[in-house]
Amino acid sequence: MTMNNGQLPEPQSILIVGVGGQGTIFASRILAGVAVREAYDVKVSETHGMAQRGGSVVTQVRFGSEVASPIIALGQADIILGFEKLETLRWLPYAKDDGIILYNTQTINPMPVITGAANYPSDAGSRIQARFPQAVPVDALSLAQKCGTAKAVNVVLLGLLSRFLSLDEGVWLDILRETVPQRLLEANLAAFQAGREA
Amino acid sequence: MRMNYEEKATMKVLMTGNEAIARGAWEAGVIVCAAYPGTPSTEIIENAATYKEMYSEWSPNEKVALEVGLGAAIGGGRTLVAMKHVGVNVAADPLFTLSYTGINAGLVLISADDPGMHSSQDEQDNRHYGRAAKIPILEPSDSQECLDFVRVALELSEEYDTPVMLRMTTRVSHSQSLVNLGERREIPLGPYIKNPGKYVMLPGHGRLRHPIVEERLHKLAEYAETSQLNRIEGKGKQGIITNGITYQYVREVFGKDVSLLKLGMTYPLPRGLITDFIQSVDTCYVIEELDPFIEDHIRAWGFSPHGKDVFPAIGELLPETIAACVPHLTQETSAPVSAAADPASSKTNRETSDDAPVLPGRPPVLCPGCPHRAVFYVLNRLKLTVSGDIGCYTLGALAPLNAMDTTICMGASIGAALGMEKARGKDFARNLVAVIGDSTFVHSGITALIDVVYNRGTTTTLILDNSTTGMTGHQENPTTGFTVGGEVTVQIDLPLLAKAVGVKRIVEVDPFDLDHFTEVLKTELAVEEPSVIIVRRPCVLVRPVSGRSKVASQPPVSVDADLCTGCAQCLRIGCPCLVKIEPETGSKIRKVSVDASQCTGCGLCVSLCRPQAIVRKDG
Repeated sequence: MTMNNGQLPEPQSILIVGVGGQGTIFASRILAGVAVREAYDVKVSETHGMAQRGGSVVTQVRFGSEVASPIIALGQADIILGFEKLETLRWLPYAKDDGIILYNTQTINPMPVITGAANYPSDAGSRIQARFPQAVPVDALSLAQKCGTAKAVNVVLLGLLSRFLSLDEGVWLDILRETVPQRLLEANLAAFQAGREA
Repeated sequence: MRMNYEEKATMKVLMTGNEAIARGAWEAGVIVCAAYPGTPSTEIIENAATYKEMYSEWSPNEKVALEVGLGAAIGGGRTLVAMKHVGVNVAADPLFTLSYTGINAGLVLISADDPGMHSSQDEQDNRHYGRAAKIPILEPSDSQECLDFVRVALELSEEYDTPVMLRMTTRVSHSQSLVNLGERREIPLGPYIKNPGKYVMLPGHGRLRHPIVEERLHKLAEYAETSQLNRIEGKGKQGIITNGITYQYVREVFGKDVSLLKLGMTYPLPRGLITDFIQSVDTCYVIEELDPFIEDHIRAWGFSPHGKDVFPAIGELLPETIAACVPHLTQETSAPVSAAADPASSKTNRETSDDAPVLPGRPPVLCPGCPHRAVFYVLNRLKLTVSGDIGCYTLGALAPLNAMDTTICMGASIGAALGMEKARGKDFARNLVAVIGDSTFVHSGITALIDVVYNRGTTTTLILDNSTTGMTGHQENPTTGFTVGGEVTVQIDLPLLAKAVGVKRIVEVDPFDLDHFTEVLKTELAVEEPSVIIVRRPCVLVRPVSGRSKVASQPPVSVDADLCTGCAQCLRIGCPCLVKIEPETGSKIRKVSVDASQCTGCGLCVSLCRPQAIVRKDG
């Protein structure tokens, strides 16, 4: 599955989607940090404010020799990194037809589901796979918990993502070491490896 | 196209537009920064406060921020004032007259607009303010321009003796791009010379200043003709005039096969430059987010470019929207954007195919452990009319709490409640409360509370004191006892303040004591005089600052499935941690389970669970 052969077109557009509070912004900042260290032009777009309160959040990272828009247009994402199943399904139309879909199988019920006004699509996973048969599901929550902290879901997913990008593994680890607080570093480095091997 | 390691030595720094604004101010020798928090502008002052050479403050509201700023600028120091678009409504009074007085040292006003209303109550286009106040407007397109334009704005401010508006939009504020950092250039404090004719705006003085303002606009229009802020790129038969973030989208969609006039200065506009540009192309498009600001000027000059006849005036002009509006243009170039994109569907329905079932939305919710949840649960149960305000607690309007009737602007809750009472009578007011947060109360609620007392109202006001400015990301305010830099300061005594304006009935309650809170509310609604109920419980996410006690974290609660009857009473508080689970075999009852990964152990659901099935794990 890896495409570490320099054949990906430039610029690379990675859409990170999830639920406010899951650490998507932290993930995008790590990814962007790696791309900057690798001397690419980089642009990132984040969601702040009200949407961060448990809403649907999307963060966009683009890197290449030259990047104009910080926003990925509909149908133009090379990779979607989904932190939650329903959010992955929701944002699928942003992927290229041959886009790579990597997603956490975790489900987080939105308020309309909790109140009974709507049902969580129980077939979300199969709908993702039907549209993108090569999509890669991963139980990032379990992997993070095994590494010692449920909060490392985002770093597990970064580990998985790292397999599909031609960015140096050592640089990923450098940026993690520079960014993650010391007391959480060991768990997060383990989470990164767990994602990379998932 | 990776660069080699030698080139990496001159590596640039990735910054959001807001970080770059703060950096630009620091490099340009700014000494005073003032703001009131508001998405998407908040991080400007948070970053400014990290540069110790600059004084930075959270002001009580945007009007005060601009007044602090104008005082600093008239006092001779370079100044930055920042706010979100609706904040400029609050600051408009000093802004319009500051245009007449001019400044002494440079003053730049950052207006951060929010096309698409990511976190706002409207999507007004603040360029109209620049025009109405007769001051220049600059619009950066990325973080490097944010940094550079702050310096240019301050230089223009001083050269033309005017405040300058630097208009951001959410995507510029919250996008990161690479920035070349420079050093700080200290600017000596300008001399302060008393000059009442310039700074005391009596009518007689104002009449003398107005012609100077008009003449200044003419000179600025001349400057715009040759300024490097405005530039032409590319070469093609089709011409596009654009600004701000839209410039980046246009580059992405159309590549280099079109002629592009990028306007970094959008008021006053360079008429000659634009005229020449239009005449040099076959067809001209004006692509700008929100209102036809540039387009209307061009039409007034007698040209008929395409603009809002093609592109929407509502919401963000995303790349796919631009491409879909002019598919013939997109196809002529090598642009990679799918012209099949339908802008109307891009935000609302992202499903994979037309016949797929609509996905449940994911609206924002009050956080697990939020103290506001208890307040709105009680307001809902009592079926009160709720005059609401701006903050996290506005989410109390959403299902299942459904406990808010109006939210208009910062501070409107108390005045609106008084107005309802005056229109519908005191009986109506017995089921009516005003709800306002601590920071919003200080921002602009206090004056309306004075009105309630002064004009013999009976309004019951709930001040939700969660010890922070929550929605914008936990900023300090005058009720928290800390400054933007984390220094300890005087903390406003809210009960004493309410007493000082003449409120006699003041009660402090913990919203999680549901019975007591309900009792207090009923009592205060029944009495025919103004009441203030200060509802105290800190935000679970309140920032740790030295000297402040942290909110003690508690172990998550859990559900004893043997005791849960599936009554779903607990689901009425709208906590994202409580979820219904599939029934056990042979049963139809859907019991409730707790998402322990999110639960903060606040215990609100414990006190609501009649069968006592929800229990604290520690017993």
